[in-house]
Amino acid sequence: MAYFTNIKNSFKLKNYINYIGVTLFLVITASMLYTGNLNRSTANLITQIAYSIILAVSLNLVVGFLGELSLGHAGFMCVGAYIGCFVALKLHSVISSPLAVLIITMLIGGLVAAVFGFIIGLPALRLKGDYLAIVTLAFGEIVRTIFKNLDTFGGALGLSTKKYGTSLFIPALIVVIIMLILVQNLIRSKHGRAITAIRDNEIAARAMGINVAFYKLFVFVISAFFAGIAGVIYGHYATPVLYSFFSYNYSIEILVMVVLGGMGSINGSILAAVLITFINFQLTTKLSGDLAALKFLIYAIVLITIVIFNNAPALQPFKERFSLKGLIAKISGKIKSIFVKTKDIDKERAKIKDDAAEWKRIPTKIDMDALLSVDVKHEKTENQPDEKEDK
Amino acid sequence: MSEYILETKNLGISFGGLKAVQDLNLKIEKKQLYGLIGPNGAGKTTVFNLLTGVYTPTTGEFILDGENLTGKSQEVINHRGIARTFQNIRLFNNMSVIRNVLVGLHNQSEFHVNPFTSMLRLPKHYECEVNMRSRAKELLRIFGLEEERNNLACNLPYGKQRKLEIARALATNPKLLLLDEPAAGMNPNETAELMETIRFVRDKFDMTILLIEHDMKLVGGICEELTVLNFGTVLAQGKTDVVLNDPKVITAYVGEDE
Repeated sequence: MAYFTNIKNSFKLKNYINYIGVTLFLVITASMLYTGNLNRSTANLITQIAYSIILAVSLNLVVGFLGELSLGHAGFMCVGAYIGCFVALKLHSVISSPLAVLIITMLIGGLVAAVFGFIIGLPALRLKGDYLAIVTLAFGEIVRTIFKNLDTFGGALGLSTKKYGTSLFIPALIVVIIMLILVQNLIRSKHGRAITAIRDNEIAARAMGINVAFYKLFVFVISAFFAGIAGVIYGHYATPVLYSFFSYNYSIEILVMVVLGGMGSINGSILAAVLITFINFQLTTKLSGDLAALKFLIYAIVLITIVIFNNAPALQPFKERFSLKGLIAKISGKIKSIFVKTKDIDKERAKIKDDAAEWKRIPTKIDMDALLSVDVKHEKTENQPDEKEDK
Repeated sequence: MSEYILETKNLGISFGGLKAVQDLNLKIEKKQLYGLIGPNGAGKTTVFNLLTGVYTPTTGEFILDGENLTGKSQEVINHRGIARTFQNIRLFNNMSVIRNVLVGLHNQSEFHVNPFTSMLRLPKHYECEVNMRSRAKELLRIFGLEEERNNLACNLPYGKQRKLEIARALATNPKLLLLDEPAAGMNPNETAELMETIRFVRDKFDMTILLIEHDMKLVGGICEELTVLNFGTVLAQGKTDVVLNDPKVITAYVGEDE
């Protein structure tokens, strides 16, 4: 019983809004698929969005919450994609259900990627900032070069896999929901506090008895695990799995999603992943032939515009004026003011009085008063003997 | 077993050829307020870093409540019962006040939860979280910070940040509390309030406190015993009023009489 009251007490709708959003999205798109209203290209887009969300949120764990710069996230994805699809090719002859194969390979791909995450986490205990970024960058490049040169995985031609079909986005979105639940539960627990404490002030975190080594490794492993799963989903979506896809450009693209959405903001990562994947997808499908070269130019311009709009201080008032949050607050404020006009004013007055009391309590002010009063006394005592002497 | 809560035996560290601290012998009794003073660069903070495991001593050892902690890692030492504050305040600035204290409670064995338990939100997670929160609130109430518990730590006034740092250190349930220049940058009123706080902490939590301080009014006011360091060696040791009137100590602080 206590369990359920605890759940009820800690329930905040704000914390669950992204589960609800993704679930609604899943229900709508799945029903569209089964009524035949979803074309193949949109299904592909949704699959891309799903694995991009997984990648962005898992990288956000490392970059946003732990505060370590990692530029090799595509490397973990690469491990997951190659290992998962390799196992899938073998499993297809044993298990007939493609869904079962997908689930098993996701676990295997994720676990193998997690092992690599552990290996990359080890230097993270010694290195900081730029140096760790270089190590992870090198890791990503090394991994894809190794897979390129292994004939078992198809070599330079890539590993040709069996496609899952258009309905891949349904299990992919379910994985997104499960990942969101696990990651947010982790972040909103004592372990999440420890991780953000390490980001905020590592020295103090150590002094508070937090096992910094454990948490750094743990975050790298969890992040790599989910990146591996994203890789497996990618492997079931695209054939062949080609090493060139996992170049460091792709790592940077994931990082862009994280930075754009805001470090340490999971909802932001989701939105940015959706936005960037959408722009990318539209540009690659709409621009063909000679215009294809324009893709990167337009992509860059759009990115720069979004980043400036999001972060430039000069645009801040503009943003606040037209933000959704501000609009909702304004409307709800107006509705409230109709009902409780007088009460609010009283509250404001009480608040001002409280503020005044706070000001009086500031010690420097008392000090000044004390000094002044002492001075006055001092003058009197000095003057009195003078007068006496005069007499 | 031993009557001393902390005992250091010939504790020392050298960085290359520089002997930052040598032959430090401290004996601190339970519930004592012990002061560590000395001119700038005497090695006071280095002693704190030795006692909390930031540095490993090159010579000697230190024993907390009968347990030798020499060469242990920072987490282990903290878990065994030495907590500290910092000379330049090191709060988790981007976290709320209550979260700062909750991080302090993290390492206590009664609140130990497996990360996977939290990820799956098993009953133990909620149980532990509720207990941690009520403990943190209690600590904040003791320090008069309950009103500000949802503010960011960096938005607190300076004196309250100091208080929060002490509260956070106490949250780790230490046997010995190390305070590194708690009165640095405070005006006389704040210092007086801080003295009250330190005394209060000692009485309320039965705490042994070792503090570094430059403010002689504070040291003379609350410390029962003192050790004076100069150039890494012990210059004088003993009861506060005796040590503070020692000509050697006065010479080290204000220079030779001409």
